[in-house]
Amino acid sequence: MLHLTLFLIFGAICVAGAVNLLVQRHPINAALSLVAVMASLAVEYLLLGAEFVAAVQVIVYAGAIMVLFVFVIMLLNAGEEARTGGSRVAILFGIPGMLAGSLLGAWVLITHSGTQEVPAGALPGPPREIANLLFHDFLLPFEVTSVLVLIAIMGAVVLAARPESVEQQKREG
Amino acid sequence: MSLTTFIKVSVVKTVIALFVLLTAVAYSVWLERKVVGHIQNRWGPTRVGPFGLLQPLADGAKFLFKEDLIPPHVYKPLYIAAPMLAVIFALTSISVIPIGNSVTIGNIQTPLQISDVNIGLLIVLGITSLGVYGVALAGWSSNSKYSLLGGLRASAQMVSYEISLGLSLVGVLILTGSFSLRAIVDAQAGTFLGFIPRWNIFQGQLVAFFIYLTAAYAETNRVPFDLPEAETELVAGYHTEYSAMKFAMFFMAEYANMITVACLASLLFLGGWHGPVFGPAWLQALLPVFWFGLRVLVFLFIYIWVRGTLPRFRYDQLMAFGWKFLLPLAIANLVVTALIVAMRS
Repeated sequence: MLHLTLFLIFGAICVAGAVNLLVQRHPINAALSLVAVMASLAVEYLLLGAEFVAAVQVIVYAGAIMVLFVFVIMLLNAGEEARTGGSRVAILFGIPGMLAGSLLGAWVLITHSGTQEVPAGALPGPPREIANLLFHDFLLPFEVTSVLVLIAIMGAVVLAARPESVEQQKREG
Repeated sequence: MSLTTFIKVSVVKTVIALFVLLTAVAYSVWLERKVVGHIQNRWGPTRVGPFGLLQPLADGAKFLFKEDLIPPHVYKPLYIAAPMLAVIFALTSISVIPIGNSVTIGNIQTPLQISDVNIGLLIVLGITSLGVYGVALAGWSSNSKYSLLGGLRASAQMVSYEISLGLSLVGVLILTGSFSLRAIVDAQAGTFLGFIPRWNIFQGQLVAFFIYLTAAYAETNRVPFDLPEAETELVAGYHTEYSAMKFAMFFMAEYANMITVACLASLLFLGGWHGPVFGPAWLQALLPVFWFGLRVLVFLFIYIWVRGTLPRFRYDQLMAFGWKFLLPLAIANLVVTALIVAMRS
């Protein structure tokens, strides 16, 4: 009962954060709402029993990736967005349409995809179980993903390198 | 234990832990002023109380009665929230840190920590990784160039050194096989050859300890890595525009973070609360806590000692040191530890 109440509260915070993310006009407020979304998602994982995933969610997403977002916003000193006003039609039909669409999607997923309700504390939580899954059962996909990340890092280094230093390297070898 | 007893016990423990932590914060400021004073051949605080011992109280009263200025050019919501965030994250991370074995009072047995969770170390790392928001947002929302530069430096520095800090702890985790801080301390009980304690620094984690020490100084923005508040370049860095209690909150957060880092070092590398235990029952119950406190004190003393002796790094030196030296060293330490543990089993 306590679990369910907390789950609903943090679910509401999560959705409110996501809506706030869209509504806010200042990029830094939007980024901070995203932090709130990430943090409340971590609490949801924790309530479902996936404690390791919850901790990693906070450390990686809220603590590292979002810090970089905030860092970039601060560095560029991005100001408030100007409202375009948009079209009335988009507001009148867009929001109800989106709500109806997502409700329909959720209903189809719940009733027709064969997924079952996950009771509180049922997800694989202990780090040992996660490690068994990652380094034993799904070793190949895990390693392939790590190579993919490596490629992305190398791409970032190439893109960020100053043009003259790349030319210099070409001349040297 | 029923739910109501659980809540009562938790509330009592939280209140005690907060009281002890805040007192420790106040007196580590006193210790710092006193020790740095003696290093620089001065006396430090002497006027308020014997040995200046009441100085923290006087400072606290001064902060409370000062005018709380809010400059007109700041972005108010975040300017006000930033010091709160800094203090909240700094104080929350103490919640999973154990300071001794469990105690039994009446018919209630409870561990000497607010909450005994099996991923304690990850929780501390997660909360400290959020601590950077306080500093970064303070720098940005102050809307002044010195504050912004301080905030930018702080977030870049903390994200960079967090990686080395985390990797230096993985060696200990491999040796122990658990994220639980209590299990890590229990694994360090006993001695080699009868006199060398089985602390993790004597189990081949000496290099990791020094990586942790260095990265921890950078994480808590302390000399020689206090670039975010380098007073010769940035006035006071991210807290230039803050005054009164808001400034004091940043100060409290910094010292609370130092204490958390010192607690983690004692738990992970220096054997936690293990030490000679003797005498009557009440002494046997108190001694582990005393040994733990002693380790934390020694670690804090080294912090202050370093502040009194080392000059500040240049910013490019700081980044080069973190990424080109500390990180490869941490990875090498991890690989060697993993190989040794794998060969042993």
